[in-house]
Amino acid sequence: MATAAGTIAAPTTESVVWSWITTVDHKRIGALYGVTAFIFFLIGGIEALLIRTQLAVPNGNVINAELFNQLFTMHALTMIFLAIMPLGAAFFNYMVPLMIGARDVAFPRLNALSYWIFLFGGLVLVSSFIFGGAPDTGWFAYQPISSSEFSGSGMDFYVIGLMILGISSLAAALNFAVTIINLRAPGMTMMRLPVFIWMTFIVMFLLILALPVLTVALIQMLFDRQFTTSFFLPEGGGDPILWQHLFWVFGHPEVYILILPAMGVVSEVLPTFSRKPLFGYAAIVFAGIAIGFLGWAVWSHHMFTTGLGAVQQAVFSASTMAIGIPTGIKVFNWLATMWGGSIRFTTAMYFAVAFVALFTIGGISGVMHASPPVDQQQQDTYFIVAHIHYVLVGGALFGVFSGLYYWWPKMTGRLLNETLGKWNFWLMFIGMNLAFFPMHFLGVSGMPRRIYTYDSGLGWDFWNLVATVGAFILALGVLFFIINVFKTWQKEPDAGDNPWDGPTLEWATTSPPPEHDFDVIPEVHSREPVWYMRDHNMTTPEPEPGTHIHLPPPSYYPIIIAFGVLLLGLGPLSHLAVTALGVPVIIYGIWGWTLEPTE
Amino acid sequence: MAAAEHQVEHHTTTGIDSRKLLMWIFLGSECLFFGSLIATYLIFKGEIDLPPFPSETLVETAYLEEALASGEITEVHKHLCHESDEAGISVCEGIFDIPLTSQSTFVLLMSSVAMVLAVYGAQHNRPMMMKSWLLATMVLGLIFLGYQVYEFRTFGQEGLTLETSQFGASFFVLTGFHGTHVAVGVLILGSLLLASFRRRGLGSEPGFQVETAGLYWHFVDIVWIVIFTVLYLIPA
Repeated sequence: MATAAGTIAAPTTESVVWSWITTVDHKRIGALYGVTAFIFFLIGGIEALLIRTQLAVPNGNVINAELFNQLFTMHALTMIFLAIMPLGAAFFNYMVPLMIGARDVAFPRLNALSYWIFLFGGLVLVSSFIFGGAPDTGWFAYQPISSSEFSGSGMDFYVIGLMILGISSLAAALNFAVTIINLRAPGMTMMRLPVFIWMTFIVMFLLILALPVLTVALIQMLFDRQFTTSFFLPEGGGDPILWQHLFWVFGHPEVYILILPAMGVVSEVLPTFSRKPLFGYAAIVFAGIAIGFLGWAVWSHHMFTTGLGAVQQAVFSASTMAIGIPTGIKVFNWLATMWGGSIRFTTAMYFAVAFVALFTIGGISGVMHASPPVDQQQQDTYFIVAHIHYVLVGGALFGVFSGLYYWWPKMTGRLLNETLGKWNFWLMFIGMNLAFFPMHFLGVSGMPRRIYTYDSGLGWDFWNLVATVGAFILALGVLFFIINVFKTWQKEPDAGDNPWDGPTLEWATTSPPPEHDFDVIPEVHSREPVWYMRDHNMTTPEPEPGTHIHLPPPSYYPIIIAFGVLLLGLGPLSHLAVTALGVPVIIYGIWGWTLEPTE
Repeated sequence: MAAAEHQVEHHTTTGIDSRKLLMWIFLGSECLFFGSLIATYLIFKGEIDLPPFPSETLVETAYLEEALASGEITEVHKHLCHESDEAGISVCEGIFDIPLTSQSTFVLLMSSVAMVLAVYGAQHNRPMMMKSWLLATMVLGLIFLGYQVYEFRTFGQEGLTLETSQFGASFFVLTGFHGTHVAVGVLILGSLLLASFRRRGLGSEPGFQVETAGLYWHFVDIVWIVIFTVLYLIPA
């Protein structure tokens, strides 16, 4: 195929490395997201273990205060932006086209671009450890402690890293929002979409609308640090509270960006292993939408101690409590889904049931500090740490693991070992509760978060030790997962197309799915299309002989443009000439991208 | 390029082309981007108590002298103010030149008209019409940017910079990002214009390409109308 002058021909070699670098297949990109995010997850986990080792006994001296500050900041940034969000991305990359009955996403190259930008953004953030110290003012980077006067170059990595990651998430969100609206199989109406797809859809809109607010805040912070403005610096007439508003207008929808995909996974796992359809499908979908809306009206509950005024506090307190209603609707629907079902206790089901229980605990402590007077006691104590970890570990992470065990056979053709899976589950479950439940007690007895050491005799010694032991048990559980993956890798494919008797469309194709996902795009007649086919004795239609399925060819341009974006970002961290170098790279990338034949 | 010339039918669930849908949703995201910048400007607007002011403001002369002595403002800023008829009160000129900015706003509005005509030409298979109006849109966009450069320079000479005050910071960042969007728009239109001179023009769907670029252009124009109204026309 001829190419336009100066552009690179689409790769044709069979080299494994290049085929992954140039891939535009949503399944491979999903796998790249998954593996990358899991490695970042392990890094974030090691950071957490270092923190817990330091706090295991009073007056610990494993690490110093400076490193401790970097560790808790990077632990949060890594887990939120580089682990939980991209693990969700791994699932929706892999599953959205399969579950809606499409051959790929609407913009396959844009999808690859999202991944490469994510990878480079993550590397920028983590590399700060070796270039003059990581960010160290908390993941929320309150002002003015995050100004250039009080913090080092780590905060520049924070600004640039998050901006790059924001571009990646925005591109992915636009892509998947369009895919879900526009590439559904015939008969797949909105109210027949699997709940995982619905939750993904809501998350995409949260990202699309929340990320620009964070971007503006980061731009203003960048200007404050590099270009003499004082948006957030009181001595120059700026307003540090403005940063908090902008950050949390993004930051609270972000919480739902993290949890909604896990709610979606659980809404797929529970019906499959209860052998009955999801109870209250419409209620769960509308509750998800309600959470998406209300998530925008609660951000100031992170700021009750800044002196907002009585009326504002009352309003944000009420809206925060109100968000418990749609969340409660979901919990009751999940319970009702299991009620009367013939339940199979697989590892995926264990994680899903634990999700419901642990997330409920985290949700209830959330409603507790929705009350301003209570919050003023709990703010910046370990009680909040306990709450957030029940929601993000017991909630989001358990949802992710449930999804891993549920979809692993679909992705690899091999079932994960159930015995190791149960070890994996119980160690994580016990470890998680040992690590985080005592933090409620620590918080109520006044232990502040983000302190690198504490004296004995304050009543905190015992529960801190318990929490540290719990953290290591949790880590051991994760180790069992890794062992399970390696053991599973060595055996022959044994899963079959639909090992769990799952109801949704991804189970209608082979495991692992062919590159074009479906030989024939299926027609959808119900919310449980595979069960519908089973109950009506329908077979998967054979493709007409001679049909050619068109697939987009691989491309070099996503990684080229992503590299240009990386250069653009590295400028403020090194020399502005690097930024100047990035511009022609991006322009070249877009030029080749546009002229590249996609047929 | 033979393969690219025959277009596969883009079948979609809604019947809307996915690329156009992407542009619409992206513009939704942009609304929040500019919304946050405008909100920042409005938050700081009520707190401006020293020159340069956006519009004409009365200040106590003693307060000005004090600020001058403490170095909060410089002689350059002081020159914007003069004694009023009332004793002890100074009048400070506003820095906004509304007639001048009205001209640039008019230019940008006219560029949207030119854009509409370019889309019409592209959709009705009139390549010359499309090309000339694309060029006109670009030129009008560039004139707008010229006005902005002139305005920034003038403000700089009158003592308004990023570090002068929150007014300076939020004004320059907001209008600067808007200007960047206009510049990106000019680049998009320029690429389309350049591509339309190829032998096969804009391919099989020129109307679609130009229309989608037009969505972006009109959006950037609308944002300016909001900025012009909120910053320039609504008094302090």
